[in-house]
Amino acid sequence: MDTLRQSPSPCSSRPSSPRTPPFEMFGPVGIEAVLDQLKIKAMKTGFEFNIMVVGQSGLGKSTMVNTLFKSKVWKSAMPSLEVPTPQTLELHSVSHVIEEKGLKLKLTVTDTPGFGDQINNDKCWDPVLGYINQQYEQYLQEELLITRQRHIPDTRVHCCVYFVPPTGHCLRPLDIEFLRRLCRTVNVVPVIARADSLTIEEREAFRSRIQQNLKTHCIEVYPQKCFDEDINDSILNGKIREQIPFAVVGADQEHLVNGRCVLGRKTKWGIIEVENIAHCEFLLLRDLLIRSHLQDLKDITHNVHYENYRVIRLNEGSGAVAQVVERSP
Amino acid sequence: MAAADIARQVGEGCRTVPLAGHVGFDSLPDQLVNKSVSQGFCFNILCVGETGLGKSTLMDTLFNTKFEGEPATHTQPGVQLRSNTYDLQESNVGLKLTIVSTVGFGDQINKEDSYKPIVEFIDAQFEAYLQEELKIRRVLHTYHDSRIHACLYFIAPTGHSLKSLDLVTMKKLDSKVNIIPIIAKSDAISKSELTKFKIKITSELVSNGVQIYQFPTDDESVAEINGTMNAHLPFAVIGSTEELKIGNKMMKARQYPWGTVQVENEAHCDFVKLREMLIRVNMEDLREQTHTRHYELYRRCKLEEMGFKDTDPDSKPFSLQETYEAKRNEFLGELQKKEEEMRQMFVQRVKEKEAELKEAEKELHEKFDRLKKLHQDEKKKLEDKKKSLDDEVNAFKQRKTAAELLQTQGSQAGGSQTLKRDKEKKNFF
Repeated sequence: MDTLRQSPSPCSSRPSSPRTPPFEMFGPVGIEAVLDQLKIKAMKTGFEFNIMVVGQSGLGKSTMVNTLFKSKVWKSAMPSLEVPTPQTLELHSVSHVIEEKGLKLKLTVTDTPGFGDQINNDKCWDPVLGYINQQYEQYLQEELLITRQRHIPDTRVHCCVYFVPPTGHCLRPLDIEFLRRLCRTVNVVPVIARADSLTIEEREAFRSRIQQNLKTHCIEVYPQKCFDEDINDSILNGKIREQIPFAVVGADQEHLVNGRCVLGRKTKWGIIEVENIAHCEFLLLRDLLIRSHLQDLKDITHNVHYENYRVIRLNEGSGAVAQVVERSP
Repeated sequence: MAAADIARQVGEGCRTVPLAGHVGFDSLPDQLVNKSVSQGFCFNILCVGETGLGKSTLMDTLFNTKFEGEPATHTQPGVQLRSNTYDLQESNVGLKLTIVSTVGFGDQINKEDSYKPIVEFIDAQFEAYLQEELKIRRVLHTYHDSRIHACLYFIAPTGHSLKSLDLVTMKKLDSKVNIIPIIAKSDAISKSELTKFKIKITSELVSNGVQIYQFPTDDESVAEINGTMNAHLPFAVIGSTEELKIGNKMMKARQYPWGTVQVENEAHCDFVKLREMLIRVNMEDLREQTHTRHYELYRRCKLEEMGFKDTDPDSKPFSLQETYEAKRNEFLGELQKKEEEMRQMFVQRVKEKEAELKEAEKELHEKFDRLKKLHQDEKKKLEDKKKSLDDEVNAFKQRKTAAELLQTQGSQAGGSQTLKRDKEKKNFF
C-alpha cells in the first residue's frame, strides 16, 4: 500500500470548469441566503465525528477524551487490580450523542488498550490499520450499492490522536514505525502525554527533537502541508505545525483555584490547571480538534484518505476482496 | 504476534451524554459554511417554454443583471437547448449559475418529439456525473456539477387550461428534475381569470399524475412560508428589465397606456414569491433533491441496465466489484481478440506483398533472359554476316591473285610498259 500522496490538493477554491465571465448584478438578489439554508440543513442532519486514541496504557488516553468533550465518555479509566492487563490488542468503540446549542454531534471514540504493552510489539499497528481500513471498506460498500441510503453512516476514523510517552529524549522506534504507517491512511495528531512530568525547557527540547524525528522519517502529521489551499491556510497551519506535538495534561476533576473552579490535577507542589495555556497546551489541542479544524479533518478524510483507499481497492480486484473478507469478523 | 480482536460496544444504541461545560463544537456549521464559501456554489436552472414567453427576460429580472443572447426566431427546425454559465458574486458568496433555455420549443408543426432533446440533455448531465463518480481516480469535490437543479416550466397565459404539449412534456420531466410551473406574461390575464386558471392548472396536473416540486415543509423555520407558497403554485410572473420612476423610486415595471405593472409588487404578480422560493429559501433544498432523489433514481436505473445488481444476503458481499472485474476481463479479452485479428491481417498482408514482389522479380528475370537471348541472336546474325563477308573478301582476293597470275603470264610476252601500266593500274586498285 505504497501509493501515497499523488492525489492533488483536495479542495481548490473554484470548481474546475471553463473560465466564465464575471457578471455584475444591479441589485441584491439574495444569493447569500444559501449560507443560512446550508446551516439549517446541517443543524437538521447533525454531525458525526470519529476519533481514535492510540497509546500505551497509563498515558491518560481515556481521561483526555473525557476532558476534551467535557463528559464521561469513558467510564472509570483506571484499571482495577484484579483485571489483568489485556494480553491482546483490542479496539473498543463507544458512541455518544452530545448536544450543544441545538447542534447534535454523534461522537465515536475508539480506544486501543493493550497497544505497545506486550513484550514483542511487532506488527502491533496491524489491528489498528485493519480497523481503519475496515471502516473505509464499509463506506465503500455502501457507496457502491445500487440502492443507496440517503445519508451513508460515516464510521471512518477522522482523526487519530497518538500519545507519545514523556521520555524527554526522542521518538521511540515503536512510535516511528506506527506513525509512519498510519500517517498515510488517516489524519494523525501526535501529543505528548502526561506533560506534567516535564519542565518547560525539557518540553521544548523534546518537542523540537520529535519534530526533527518526524521530518527525518518523512512523517506528515495533521495539518499536512500539501493540503494547504491558500496563503491564509498556510500561515494558520504553519503556526500549528510549529507547535505539534502539543504537550497535554488530562484531568476530569475540578479543584478550587483562586475562587474559580477549574479542571486540574492536584499535587503536593501545586495544582496543574488543564485549561491554562501557561501550564499545558490542552486548549490548543481542543481548539484544533473541535473548534477550528473539525470539518477540515472530516473533509481530508473523505476527499483524500478515502479516495486513496478507493483507488487502491478498485485497482486491486477480487484478489484483495478475499483478503478483506477474511479479515472482517 | 498478538492476535487482534475488534469488539464494538455501542452503548445502548448510542445514548446522549450530558456536557459539563462549553466544548465548542457549535462552531461546526460555521466551519462548514466557510468551507463551502471558499469552494463556491453552483446552481443550474432549465427554462422550458415556447418561444416568446419571456424566459430570458425573467432570468434577467430574477438575477438583476443583463445576460447576453439574442431572442430566438420561430423558424427552428427542432428543439435545441442553449446553455450559458455565469459567475455571480454577492458579498463573499460566489455562485456559478448555469441557465439552460429551450430554443424553438413549440414552434414545429409536429410536436411529438419536442420533449426528447430536453430529456436527453438532462440525462446527459446525470450521465456525466455518474461517469465521474464511477471513475477510479476521481475528483468529485472539484467537479463542476452540471445537473439541472430546477426546471422552470413556462405556461402560456391562455386563461383556459394547460396545452397537451405542456402536459406531455411535464409528465416526461417530473421524475428527472424538480419542476416549478410558472405562468408567464401574466399581465395578460385579469385577476379573476388568474385564480380560475391556477385552479384549473393544478387540478389538471393532479389528475394527470404530474409531480411538481413541493417546497419542503418539514423544517419548522421554513415550514410556514413554504406551506403558504405551495398554495400559490403555479406562480404568475412578469419579467421586465426596464426601470421606471414610480412615485419617487425607480422600479422595474412595464408601462401600458392604461397603467403600469410593477414587477416587485406582490399585488400585481408573484415575481417576489418566485424569487424568494427559488433563491432565498430553497436553493439548497433543490440541489439536495436533485442529488438524493432524481440522480439516485437515474443511477439506479442505469446501473441495473448495465447488469449490476445488489447482493442478496447469502451471496458474496461484493457483487458490484465482481461485475466490474468481469466486465474488465471481458473488455481485456475483446482487446486481445482484436489485437490477434489485427496481427493476422498484418501477416496476411505481408504475405501478399511478398508474393507480389516475387512475381515482379520473376518477371524481371524473364525479361532479362529474353533480352539476353535477343542480344545473342543478333550477335550471331552479325557474326554470320561478317563470316559471309569475309568469305566474299577471300573469294575476291583469290580471284584477284588468280587474275594477276594470268595477267603476268600473259603480259610477259607483251611489253613490260603495259605491264608497268597494268601494274600501276593494279597498284592503283
